[in-house]
Amino acid sequence: MSQANPLKPSERMKIARQGSIEQAPAERSLNFLEVSFGFDEERAVIESARCLECKTPYCTDGCPVGIDIRGFIQLVVQKDYLGAVQKIREANYLPAICGRVCPQESQCEAVCVMGKKLEPVAIGKLERFVADYEMKHDLFTPPAIPDTRAEKVAIVGSGPSGLTCAAELAQRGYRVTVFEALHAVGGVLRYGIPEFRLPKEILDLETERIKALGVEIYTNFVVGRTATIDELFDEWGFKAIFLGTGAGTPTFLGIPGESLSGVYSANEFLTRVNLMGAYKFPRNDTPIRIGRSVGVIGGGNTAMDAVRTARRLGAEHAYLIYRRSRQEMPAREEEIHHAEQEGIEFLLLTNPLRILGDGNNWVSGIECQRMELGEPDASGRRRPMAVKGSEFVVPLETLIEAIGQKPNPIIQATTPGLETGSRGTVVINERQGTSRPGIFAGGDLSRGGATVILAMKDGKAAAEAIHDYLSSIPPATS
Amino acid sequence: MYTIVATAVLAPTITRLEITAPFVAKKRKAGNFVMVRVEEGGERIPLTIADSNPATGTITLIVQAIGGTTKLLCSKRAGETVLDVVGPLGNPTPIEHHGAVACVGGGVGTAELYPIARALKEAGNTVHTIIGARSRDLVILEEEMRRCSDNVFVTTDDGSYARKGFVTDQLRDLLDGDTGIKAVYAIGPLPMMKAVSSLTRPYGVLTLVSLNTIMVDGTGMCGGCRVTVRGEMKFACVDGPEFDGHTVDFDELMMRNRTYVEMEKISDEKHVCRLQAARQEAAS
Repeated sequence: MSQANPLKPSERMKIARQGSIEQAPAERSLNFLEVSFGFDEERAVIESARCLECKTPYCTDGCPVGIDIRGFIQLVVQKDYLGAVQKIREANYLPAICGRVCPQESQCEAVCVMGKKLEPVAIGKLERFVADYEMKHDLFTPPAIPDTRAEKVAIVGSGPSGLTCAAELAQRGYRVTVFEALHAVGGVLRYGIPEFRLPKEILDLETERIKALGVEIYTNFVVGRTATIDELFDEWGFKAIFLGTGAGTPTFLGIPGESLSGVYSANEFLTRVNLMGAYKFPRNDTPIRIGRSVGVIGGGNTAMDAVRTARRLGAEHAYLIYRRSRQEMPAREEEIHHAEQEGIEFLLLTNPLRILGDGNNWVSGIECQRMELGEPDASGRRRPMAVKGSEFVVPLETLIEAIGQKPNPIIQATTPGLETGSRGTVVINERQGTSRPGIFAGGDLSRGGATVILAMKDGKAAAEAIHDYLSSIPPATS
Repeated sequence: MYTIVATAVLAPTITRLEITAPFVAKKRKAGNFVMVRVEEGGERIPLTIADSNPATGTITLIVQAIGGTTKLLCSKRAGETVLDVVGPLGNPTPIEHHGAVACVGGGVGTAELYPIARALKEAGNTVHTIIGARSRDLVILEEEMRRCSDNVFVTTDDGSYARKGFVTDQLRDLLDGDTGIKAVYAIGPLPMMKAVSSLTRPYGVLTLVSLNTIMVDGTGMCGGCRVTVRGEMKFACVDGPEFDGHTVDFDELMMRNRTYVEMEKISDEKHVCRLQAARQEAAS
C-alpha cells in the first residue's frame, strides 16, 4: 500500500489534534442551531495528516460497521473528499449522521494507536467533514446497482437500523419498501435527537439518498394496525421483513405525582419539540409549556438532550437529577461536557421520591433524597444507597423523566409466533433472525436501548442475513 | 396527502368529512381512531372514525369545531386535502351479545358512538340509544341512530327539543324500568362519562367509556395520554381508548386535559383570524 502522506510518523505525532468550530455556550444555549460546525477544509487536512496509517487498522475493528477508516483518511490527505465519502458509504450509508451522533470516543477513536500516548485522530469529525462537503457541493450520485432481484422486502420503521437495512438491500438489487408510523422519516433521529445535535435538514438529505436507490417509503403506516405482518407477507407479497421499530415506549418511575400537568416523558417532550416543532409555537400549533425551573431525571443521552432542550426553550434553571455520580452516567462524555458548558445544573447522587403539586394540578417541585455509592451492582457500577434523613425539595414547574424506553408492543401483539423477551424486546439469533422464518429484527427493538451505530450495525447484518435467506429459497415460479 | 371527497354540515359547529384513506378504510373497526395533521406545522389530533367504506377507500370523520385545528379542518371543502391521516389506531370496541344495551352519546360523541351502536345491533343486541345535546341544533345523527336502534331518546340541556335534562336522567329511567340493560356504552364529554359511570355503578352494569386525552403520536410513544385505571397507569392510545368507566380516575384526567388550555386559546385565535382573512379575500 502506497502511503499518501509524505510526513514521517514522528512528524505526524507533532501535529496537535484539531478542535472543531463550535458556537459559544452562552450563545448556543439560546438557539437550536448546531453546537458544533465541525471542521473546515484546513482543519480537516491538518487532522488527516495525523493518521499513522497503521498496518493493522484497529480503528476499523473499533467501528461497529467496519468503515475503512485508514482508507478514507488517506483520501482526505489527498484532498479527494468525494472519494473519501464514497469510501465510507461502502460500509455506512449515513455518514453525515454518524459523523455527528456516533460515540467515536468509545469506538474507533478509543482504539486509535495515536491515542495511546497522544490524542486520537478525530475520526468522527473527519467523517462529518467529508459528508458535509459532499452535501454542500451537491456532489452525491447514487451508487450503481449491478443486479436486480424480483423479491420484495419490507422494512418496518425508518430509524437508523431500518434505513441502513433498506440501503443495503436496495444496493443488492432488492425491491425495498419502508413503512413508517409517523408522518416524517427517521425514527429516533427525527423525534429523539434534537436539532442542535442533528439538523433535520441533514436527515432529510440522507433520506433522499436512500430514496435515490429506489427505496419506496410509506409514512403514516403503522404496521400491526394499518396492515399486519402477516398481511404484508400474504397480501402485499413481501418475501422477507425487517423489524426496526426501536424502543419508543416511555417508562415512568412510578412515583407519586406523575399525572400532574407539567410532567413529561422525555419521549413526549422531545417529540413535541423535534417532530412537531413546538419551539416555534404559536407559528406551529403543537404547544409545550416550560417553567422557569425544569428538572430532568436520568443520566443517559436522552436526559442530556432533554435538559439541553429545556435550557434552549428558556428555562432559567435546568437541572439534571441523577441518582449515581457523574462517572456512572451512561451519556456520551461530549454531551455531558456540552451540558455543563451550557449551564445545566447537575444534581448528582440525588434520588427522586415524589413529585409535588401546587394545589392546582401543576408541578411545583420534586422531593429528593441524597445518595451515596456502595458496592458495585450487577451492572458493574457502584450501587447508590439512600442517606437517611437527607430529603430535600427542588422547586420546579416542569419535570421530565428520561429513565429509559422499551419497545412498542403493537407488532409483537399482532404477530403470532413472534417470540419476545423480558421488557418486550424481540428475541433474535446471531444473524438477526426472529422465531418466525423470514422475519428479522435489530436495533433497539432487540437490544432494548442502545446507540444509533449499533442499530445500523444490526440493520447491515440483517440485510446480509435476508440476502442469504432469500438466496436459499427457490424463486417463485409465477 | 389525503383528499376530502365530500363534506356536510350536520350542526352549526359540526361537520362530516369523507376522506380518502384506503388502508385505514379497509382495516377500521368500530371504536378505532385516526391521527390527523391538517397542514405543515399543524398538530396531530385524534379523531374517532365514524364510518368507512372499503370499496371506495374512504373514511368518515365527524368533527366539532372547538379549537384551532378542528376549525381549520371543518373549513375544508370537497377536493381539498389534509396532510396526514394515520390509523386505524386504538383497540376496537369489544362487541358482544349482551341482550339489551344502552348507547349514550353526548354532543359530538354521538358520532363516535354511531358505529358502535350499529355493530351492537348487528351482534343481535336490543339497542336503547340516548342522544344528549345542549340544544336542538346540536342534536346529530338522530335518523341514523333510529335505523340501528330499537329505541332512541333525545335529551337537551335547555329543553329546546325532546326531553329537557341530561342523558343520565333518561338512562336512570331505563335502568329502573324493565329494559334488562346489561351494558352501557357512553361517549361524550368527560363530565358526562363520569356522571354515567357514577349512575351505573350501583346497578352493577358494565359501562364502557371512550377517553379523549392529550395525545401527540397516538401509537404509544409519548405517554401524554396516560390515565389512571384501577390505580394503574394506562396509555389511552394503545391500552384504550375504551375502558371500564367504573375504574377510571376521571377527575385526574379532567385536570390533565386542562394543561394547554391557555395555549389552545392562542392557537385557536390564530386560525380564526386566518380563516376570516381567507373568507374576506374570497368575498372581495
